Amino acid sequence: MPVNSTHYLFLSLLLFSIGIMGTLMRRNAIIIFMCIELMLNAVNLLLVAFSRLYGDINAQLFVFFIMVVAAAEVAVGLAIIVMMYRKVHSVDINILNRLKH
Amino acid sequence: MDIYAILFWVLSAIAVGCALGVILSRNPVNSVMFLIATFFAISGHYILMNAQFLAIVNVIVYAGAIMVLFLFVIMLMNLNADVEPQKGHLVQLAGVLSGGVLFLVLLAAVKTAAPVIMDRTNTDIGLISNLGKVLFTDYVLPFEISSVLFLSAMIGAVVIGKKEDMHSTVSKEGTTP
Amino acid sequence: MSQLVYLVPLFPLIGFLINGLFWKRMPKTMGGVIGSVAILASFAVSVGIFLEVKSPSFQSPVIVTLFDFIQSGKLHVPFAFQVDALSALFLLIITGVGFLIHVYSTSYMHHDEGMVKYFAYLNLFVFSMLLLVLGANYLIMFIGWEGVGLCSYLLIGFWFKNRDYTNAAKKAFVMNRIGDLGFLIGMLLVLVNFGTLGYQEFFGHLKGGAAVPTSTYNWIALCFFIGATGKSAQIPLYTWLPDAMAGPTPVSALIHAATMVTAGIYMIARSGALYSLTPEILHVVAIVGLATAIVAATIAIKQYDIKKVLAYSTVSQLGFMFLALGVGAYTTAVFHVMTHAFFKALLFLGSGSVIHAMGGEQDIRRMGGLGKHMRVTQITFLIGCLAISGIPGLSGFFSKDAILADAFAHSPILYYLGIVAAMMTAFYMFRLYFLTFNGSFRGTEEQHHHLHESPAAMTIPLVVLAILSIVGGYIGMPAVMSEHNALNEYLSPVVTNFGEHHLEHTTEWMLMGISVAVSVLMIIVAYTVNRKPNFAENTGLAKVLENKWYVDELYDAIIVRPIEAFSRMMDKFAERRGIDGLVNGVGKTVRWGGDRLRLLQSGQVGFYIFIMVLGIVVLFSLSFFWVR
Repeated sequence: MPVNSTHYLFLSLLLFSIGIMGTLMRRNAIIIFMCIELMLNAVNLLLVAFSRLYGDINAQLFVFFIMVVAAAEVAVGLAIIVMMYRKVHSVDINILNRLKH
Repeated sequence: MDIYAILFWVLSAIAVGCALGVILSRNPVNSVMFLIATFFAISGHYILMNAQFLAIVNVIVYAGAIMVLFLFVIMLMNLNADVEPQKGHLVQLAGVLSGGVLFLVLLAAVKTAAPVIMDRTNTDIGLISNLGKVLFTDYVLPFEISSVLFLSAMIGAVVIGKKEDMHSTVSKEGTTP
Repeated sequence: MSQLVYLVPLFPLIGFLINGLFWKRMPKTMGGVIGSVAILASFAVSVGIFLEVKSPSFQSPVIVTLFDFIQSGKLHVPFAFQVDALSALFLLIITGVGFLIHVYSTSYMHHDEGMVKYFAYLNLFVFSMLLLVLGANYLIMFIGWEGVGLCSYLLIGFWFKNRDYTNAAKKAFVMNRIGDLGFLIGMLLVLVNFGTLGYQEFFGHLKGGAAVPTSTYNWIALCFFIGATGKSAQIPLYTWLPDAMAGPTPVSALIHAATMVTAGIYMIARSGALYSLTPEILHVVAIVGLATAIVAATIAIKQYDIKKVLAYSTVSQLGFMFLALGVGAYTTAVFHVMTHAFFKALLFLGSGSVIHAMGGEQDIRRMGGLGKHMRVTQITFLIGCLAISGIPGLSGFFSKDAILADAFAHSPILYYLGIVAAMMTAFYMFRLYFLTFNGSFRGTEEQHHHLHESPAAMTIPLVVLAILSIVGGYIGMPAVMSEHNALNEYLSPVVTNFGEHHLEHTTEWMLMGISVAVSVLMIIVAYTVNRKPNFAENTGLAKVLENKWYVDELYDAIIVRPIEAFSRMMDKFAERRGIDGLVNGVGKTVRWGGDRLRLLQSGQVGFYIFIMVLGIVVLFSLSFFWVR
């Protein structure tokens, strides 16, 4: 069976859903953060697949910019996690229930 | 089944398997390792699709820089041991279920899409020279603005990560798990 | 000159703005001077306009359009002034008498803290009144109409610290509003049926015989008349005017005698072309006017408050004017408006002078013998009384006689009833005069010492008005005495009398003789009755008259109380239970729902993500499987 566009679609959906599951299952903030990266990569994969499908270079540039933003996001996000760890000596998101108050 | 298909299936299996490993392994360091493997598999996919530049960037930026950053943080906090308290089974089940439902819904939404055989003749759009030309002509403004984004992210990270005054670092909660 | 007509209302407006904006900081004298000078300037312009209108070369009317007031679809109402014989005459009366009253007020109100504010109100009042008579369409008239209503409210309640006074002000305002509603409806009827509010266009339609049923004319005329009854204090809306005596006395002179109450007369005279098409409504006008004249005169006989007597006399005289309008003699009504403005302003200002001398006392039972102390006031007051009683040679004689003659020509019944009212007029006016100025003083020692003639600023206007009260009648001499009637000729381009009739000269002499005879008779009676005043408790009819036929009580019982009861009921049921219940119920429901929803806010980040994912699932399901 030759590889077609639906295969890539399913693959990236699967990776995305795994990321979602991880986000919901885990309590460790760093793991959750990694799951978000995984979801981003799933989207990137799909974009590249469509770029390939339609022979359009713009999608690849979007992937490029998503990586840029992801890098920035990771820098800030990790800084926040470090900060939070310093405050409460934990990265458990169940401790972060301050939003209620 | 040609070599392309074989490679596709192998890489897909690696990617999905390692992604599952990310969310299932109890040790955060293992998670990081699995994620790096996943990224490599995705980079392989990129190469399969003739997006060589993105494959390289993915390896360098994600698997290299970002994941090393994660690793640093985990090491810094000494979280490599399995210290994470697990969520209740019910909650985990709910997470898996809702993730699965989302997958099914999305799948059902796109399953009617007509399968198109990936064209392998036009091979050079992912080459660095082509990308570079477009990046520095059509996308030059977003490119420059992204540098500002980096700068602000850098400053933000420094400001957030800076040690505070001594008396305010003493946490009032002190609820270490 | 007539192109400059906008200056006439402009000066009082400027005076109002200056006095109104700076009344806290301005010295009293300056406020009075500004107010008076503004009116004087208007008066000067008015004289110029009058002279131009009087000249034979004048093309009546001149319409001066200032700007477009309303421009909406087919409705086009310009802010325009109309200069013609009628409005020019009213300009003279308003600014002339108004100026004298302003001068008088500078002295009368000198001890009052709010004097500058008072002058601001007076100027605003004059401005509104000028707008009323100058407007070239009913809308501008309505603006002035509402303006004088507002100013009368402000001025009646000028001493607002007294609860009774503010109640009187409210009463005047509400009564006026009832009439205004009639005017408004009439105006809308004109607009709907004729598509215009301008006098010229409207009367043009009337002359052209527009395709409108007669009943529409009747309704419009009736609605306008209801408006007039409110403003001009006719039955059934007259009760506010006597109560309006709560304001400072010059205000009573200005608003409730000389100008504002004549607005209704002016409106009907202005709309004469309409009323001439509706003889039935004219009958109503005549009957209402005559009834008012008689009822008010009977009440005036037994009043003890000097201003109340004058107030009821005003109502009664207004009734005479409506009688004149009702028999179609519009020019005669305007004539009586003019002479009445002179002698009633004179009488009110004279009573103000008396009240001033008595230190605020208004009860004639405590007066008497004031003539010795204030000669000028006494003589001018006497002239006023003679004028209003219709003694030959004074202005009131000519105008009242003209009304009675027109009434006789219309129907002798109206004449006989009118004579009765005129008889009572002579009686109560001289009762007032004798009780106030003759006999011996009945007040306290302290008041007796305080008695003094008023300062020149008050007596000079009295003298001027007294002269006007004497000579004012000679412009409208009856046919038997003079070759031509100057006023009728002057007004003829604008006002066309309805059912012109001529009496035999002998009949006219006879009518005059009768009215003079009864007046003189009543003066003698008044003198004999009041030489030895007897203020015993009234009984029987006299008591009913003293209590004003119990009309206030009647209105209270059949209108005010039921409305209040209804309001209380609505408050209890509709307001508290219905509306409040609804509003509070919505609040309670939201709060109850919020209490329940709040439980979802666990603060757990994981939970939020979970909900978010569920939301995405639902949205996707909807958009892909349901909407399609």
